[in-house]
Amino acid sequence: MLSPVILIPAILNGLLTGAVYALVALGLTLIYGVLHIINFAHGALLSAALFAAFFASRILGLDPYFAVFLLAPAFFALGYALQRLVIGPASHGDDRNMLLVTLGIAVVLENALLYAFRADTRTVDVAYAFQTIDFGFIFLSVPRVIGFGAVFVVALLLWLIMGWTDIGKAIRAVAKEKLGAELAGIDVAHVYAVTFGLGSACVAVAACLLIPTYYVNPTVGNAFVLIAFTIVVLGGMGSVPGALIGGLIIGVVESLSGLFLGESLGQIGIFLIFIAVLLVRPSGLFGARA
Amino acid sequence: MKRLIPIAAVVVVFAAIPLVVQSNATLNFLVVTLLIALAGQGWNILGGYGGQYSFGHAAFFGTGAYITAILQVRYGVNAWLGFAAGIAAGAAVGAFIGGLAFRSGLRGSYFALVTLAFAEVLRIVASVAPITGAGVGTLMKLDLRAQAFQFQSRAVFYWVILALVAVSLLIAQWLERSRFGIWLIAVRENEDAAMALGVDATMVKLGAMVLSAAITAAAGCFYAQYFLFIDAGIAYGTWISIEALLTPIIGGGGTVFGPLLGALVVKSLGEGAKLVAGDAPGLDLMVYGAVLVLVIGFAPRGFIGVVTDARQWLRRRFSRSVRETAHD
Repeated sequence: MLSPVILIPAILNGLLTGAVYALVALGLTLIYGVLHIINFAHGALLSAALFAAFFASRILGLDPYFAVFLLAPAFFALGYALQRLVIGPASHGDDRNMLLVTLGIAVVLENALLYAFRADTRTVDVAYAFQTIDFGFIFLSVPRVIGFGAVFVVALLLWLIMGWTDIGKAIRAVAKEKLGAELAGIDVAHVYAVTFGLGSACVAVAACLLIPTYYVNPTVGNAFVLIAFTIVVLGGMGSVPGALIGGLIIGVVESLSGLFLGESLGQIGIFLIFIAVLLVRPSGLFGARA
Repeated sequence: MKRLIPIAAVVVVFAAIPLVVQSNATLNFLVVTLLIALAGQGWNILGGYGGQYSFGHAAFFGTGAYITAILQVRYGVNAWLGFAAGIAAGAAVGAFIGGLAFRSGLRGSYFALVTLAFAEVLRIVASVAPITGAGVGTLMKLDLRAQAFQFQSRAVFYWVILALVAVSLLIAQWLERSRFGIWLIAVRENEDAAMALGVDATMVKLGAMVLSAAITAAAGCFYAQYFLFIDAGIAYGTWISIEALLTPIIGGGGTVFGPLLGALVVKSLGEGAKLVAGDAPGLDLMVYGAVLVLVIGFAPRGFIGVVTDARQWLRRRFSRSVRETAHD
């Protein structure tokens, strides 16, 4: 079982999966870094984005890789509106309220999807779903390799936005010192909403990358988001490199524990890491002390 | 003594209902409402009075339900003993999770996350472990005798859950007046300040968590005894974590009657939605989520807060008009 013929593909596949996990986690960590709350609606947003990608393909006939250019802006707008019109006003500036409001939104979204589409599982048919690339020593699935590359493009884009644009500077300022940023004339409510929009857009991109090889149902997002929570906690809340590296680590851990322990116990392995990190070092690998 | 009058009055009114209403559907609705009120009172002790928001009270509810069921089905233990063991086991799980989380200083978002994760781990374990019946669930034997904690009449079940709710109301009432309760509220308002004044915040939160877990576990035990069937999705599912948190928040967190009022509001809305839109999966929870957001947005102190405000407004209004007539 430990022969490299099995081990190396398992590790490589884990890295490919981990990249998409990292993208979901990136959205979560971005929101945490600025708003200092965990967005419990993240999983429901991912389910919604997967449905959107599914219907874009089924009804509009859009290939998921083109749909991303439509869905990412749409989910940015959705996230912006959610924060600006619902989460911000409803929570009266109290962190505990904000948690509850995101949970409320998650419950509404998830059950609205369940009500509208029932619990059926759906998949998209694309010609390249089962194509593989031969690397000589290993075959890798084409859509997953594309996903892996796309994640790093998104991370690069985010890095550019954060480092070289005015809104990026404003976001970093608010994350560091909210009151000071407000005194300097930064519209904090707007920055919060933009951050939430960016986090939601990450989810939309992840959905488009996932849908060719994955399925969609109203609760599918939860599985990802618990993994994403683990990644964010492991990498350090609010840390972007932490989310990327954490995602890759968790992808490999999941792949290997699935290989050795079987599917459902593999999931528990991830949770145990999660609980252990939270209890031993809640600030994670790259985070500042919470 | 005077403070106990409202509780006594509410319990007497509720206790009289089966004497007037015989419909099984109505009684069933009330039993489920009181069950959720009990689970919610558990959450209220920790979340409402202590300010520690748990997103995973299913961990306690499910443990209570499974222990009650498994002890009876697999080990032939008496139902009443099973019930007590279920409550104790729930409290033990509370002590375990609380001990780990509070000792590591987890607060706010982190605490919510770790409770959610524990409930999820338990759900996965329960859905694969043979002792819980894995994916099939655990079915309990029908045995309609009082010593088996099963009753021919739904009204008796109703009085039993009402008695449990009454005890939980008394516990909340005691909490408001006790030194421990004052410490707990102090921790909620400002943990650092409370610690500076000599309150052992970790122990206070841990105590609240154990009490909270025991009450919610009692609701789980009753669930198993009433429906005689549980599986991982029912016992450790997110629905109960959400309903346990929803009822006190909607009714009024950190108040004695908040969870009961919230359960009545929430369950009535759920039934109302079913009447309007037909019974469909997801509908009731969708309504609950929307109500949660609306209540936090427009009535952060819940329905009890609205009632108190209205009463004060009326009183001011009244005393002003009295003063004006006196001037004339």
